[in-house]
Amino acid sequence: MSELLKNIIRFAGFILIQVFILNKIPPLHGFISPYLYFLYILWLPFSMSRISLVFAGFLFGLSLDYFTKTPGLHAASCSLIAYLRPFLINVLVTHEGMGFNYTEPAPSSMGWTPYIVYILVLSFIHNAYLVFLEWLQFGNFWYFLGKVFSTTGISFLLIMITETLFYRKQKFRTNT
Amino acid sequence: MRNVFLFIRRYFNFVFFVIIQIVSLSMLFKYNRFHEAAFMGVAGEFTGRISEKYNKVEYYFQLKKTNEALVNENAHLRNLLKQDFLPPDSTQKIVVDSIRIDSLERFRRYLYMPAKVVNNSVTSQSNYITISRGLKQGVEKDMTVVSSEGIVGTVINVSNNMATIMSLLNRQSRVSSSLKKTGETGTVEWDGNDPQVLTLRNIPKSARVNIGDTIVSGINSSYPPGQAIGYVTAVEAEKSSNFYSLLLKPATNFFNIQFVYVVKNLQKEEQDALEKATHKQDLQ
Repeated sequence: MSELLKNIIRFAGFILIQVFILNKIPPLHGFISPYLYFLYILWLPFSMSRISLVFAGFLFGLSLDYFTKTPGLHAASCSLIAYLRPFLINVLVTHEGMGFNYTEPAPSSMGWTPYIVYILVLSFIHNAYLVFLEWLQFGNFWYFLGKVFSTTGISFLLIMITETLFYRKQKFRTNT
Repeated sequence: MRNVFLFIRRYFNFVFFVIIQIVSLSMLFKYNRFHEAAFMGVAGEFTGRISEKYNKVEYYFQLKKTNEALVNENAHLRNLLKQDFLPPDSTQKIVVDSIRIDSLERFRRYLYMPAKVVNNSVTSQSNYITISRGLKQGVEKDMTVVSSEGIVGTVINVSNNMATIMSLLNRQSRVSSSLKKTGETGTVEWDGNDPQVLTLRNIPKSARVNIGDTIVSGINSSYPPGQAIGYVTAVEAEKSSNFYSLLLKPATNFFNIQFVYVVKNLQKEEQDALEKATHKQDLQ
């Protein structure tokens, strides 16, 4: 399967799962709202240019927004993590030419520890920005802080479950 | 000039990112103010279709509860039938009114149109409901929506075959309401935390409120008056003011709502025009 087709299927899949499964979960607690959809952006290939990353993030967030009737909310936070992603990968991945040898970020291509840091940082940024935009309109500060941390925890848990359920094997590509 | 172009070229990624952020933020804040957004009509139609497909499956799991609600409503309506009431045999004189007016048709004020819910959320801080009835089927913006149990929300966006409703469970929703027993009026809001708890403010402390009292829509709300909004679960006295704030359990069960009625106020235009004219006179 070509990379493009794979990512298009993922695009639809992540949105449908977020809208029709995770958003339907009745609220267990005021703080908890499960977000998994932005994993799509974390899984995009290394080889994408930064412009197209930001644009893909914007489109992806906007299509979720049209389901939740909040145009711009998820689009803003998705394009933010899509913009910050290359910086973080440059910091975390130390050995030369890694981006050319593997197609996309995964535990098997980056190693578990850098991958977990990558996920934790980006999901924290995403959730903080998302909740901040909501909070600008209403709410108090402690509510904001509690929600950011609990949402990040739940997101991390969901991402780890997804990673172990759908283990993505990354082939080491060589030039020859 | 050349340097400006060089600068833009060098930081093109960042400039592009900032532009995208500005676009999305302006969409967000515009939408919340005017309840409208770019392409919302087209996108609403598309996402509505998908939700409809999904709802066809989901609907089966709630048939029992939906059925129960409809049976309850039927029983309630049957109890209102005229033939169930016997007039007391005390008439002594029959007065025939000389002006004959078809009082049912001419003075009809509210028209109820049934609609199927295709998408619904309770988990976010601003919840919306999508119904599969739109402009072509007579739904217009600002119409109110009730269910068989109580009030639901207001229509805020209409496309050809779909409409979205801002439900009571929305931080921006405000409904003028009154106590059913004594008639004091206040405003029902939602604080965005728990979908089982609404707040009713501005009930004066002189009012007698008990737990379990019914709160209904008031006469100056856009809902038909007397529709149930919720039931009082707790009474809190605000220390610094003369008002109670009451916690309510919503009358409508938003978790499994499947059918709603869109209410058309047939006298709305006339009333609005008259009130506007009065206001203008006042200003002069």
